[in-house]
Amino acid sequence: MNEIVEPPPPQKLAGPPPPQRLAGPPLWEVFIRGRRGLSHVHAGSLHAPDAEMALRNARDVYTRRGEGVSIWVVPSVAICASSPDEKDPFFAPAADKVYRHPTFYTLPEEVRQM
Amino acid sequence: MSEGTVDPMAPALFSYALRLGDDALILSQRLSEWASRAPEIEEDIALTNIALDLLGQARALLDYAAVIEGHQRDEDDLAYLRTERDFCNVHLVEQENGDFAHTIARQLFFSTYQLFLYEELISSTDELLAGVAAKGVKEAAYHHDHALQWTVRLGDGTEDSRRRMQAAVDRLWPFTAELFDADEVEKELAVHGIAVDPSNLRARWERAIHDALASATLTVPSTLWTSHGGRRGVHTECFGYLLAEMQYLHRLHPGASW
Repeated sequence: MNEIVEPPPPQKLAGPPPPQRLAGPPLWEVFIRGRRGLSHVHAGSLHAPDAEMALRNARDVYTRRGEGVSIWVVPSVAICASSPDEKDPFFAPAADKVYRHPTFYTLPEEVRQM
Repeated sequence: MSEGTVDPMAPALFSYALRLGDDALILSQRLSEWASRAPEIEEDIALTNIALDLLGQARALLDYAAVIEGHQRDEDDLAYLRTERDFCNVHLVEQENGDFAHTIARQLFFSTYQLFLYEELISSTDELLAGVAAKGVKEAAYHHDHALQWTVRLGDGTEDSRRRMQAAVDRLWPFTAELFDADEVEKELAVHGIAVDPSNLRARWERAIHDALASATLTVPSTLWTSHGGRRGVHTECFGYLLAEMQYLHRLHPGASW
């Protein structure tokens, strides 16, 4: 009896096997202080094998145009984030508490960083 | 210098500015070959940042050389219209990128040398050279740090990265001796406090490199042959290909800009 023969798998072109894709270096979150007196602000993220290299990569990737005077890098896995599902319990109660906003007096022009 | 008089130091100063400029220009060209090809996008940006720093140094130095020469040539003429024998960069900077380890070894050797050179050139009696060095020394310090970090990580990394880093150090080692060759140009200018005699940098460079290789668990090569002649316009085989790529656009469309 004739067996149904599976067609052979397509032949790969001759050559070395493709290199194993190594797990890439870990992800880091980058925070940059624009100038003295301001706080560090999240600028983005990048890959680097360790903290020292992450700092250097951050310098190259995020401060090319003189954006910063100080850099923090934090492993992305160390960040605990609020979940979008918890948006209401987290943030909604603040919406109707206008007295928490400093809107009842005028700020002088000179005060820029409030 | 008043009009009509010729500064007796001018030919040597022209040569000196040209060789420092050529070193920076050719290494910049090599590093820019990594654009879009580096192992990680972060490294792509780092290497091209370094290439741009070097290009900035090259422009200032070649512009200065053109002014000293006084033949109505400008920095572009010097970069794009000279032929191979007119370039006086060291052989090290023209060596091909190879794998990432080769590029890092070349960076380590050159940036360490350039850092020490600029640190001394800051006190040059020549205002422009002192200015280029003052700006360049911060850049070179960063290039050196970048190369050192990678040398340690590759050397003291996996079995494969260590093997490749050692191979790169061994392959490029013979091209490092030329960095410290001093000819009449440097010696004459050094007497007047204009140039740095590179032979004085050697001991410090060797200490720094030995330390770097030791912390990367790599072996200092014991190769004896050394490569020389770049300062006289004699180059290695790969240099012609580099020039062809670097110059063809300018030669095809003279004065092209965008």
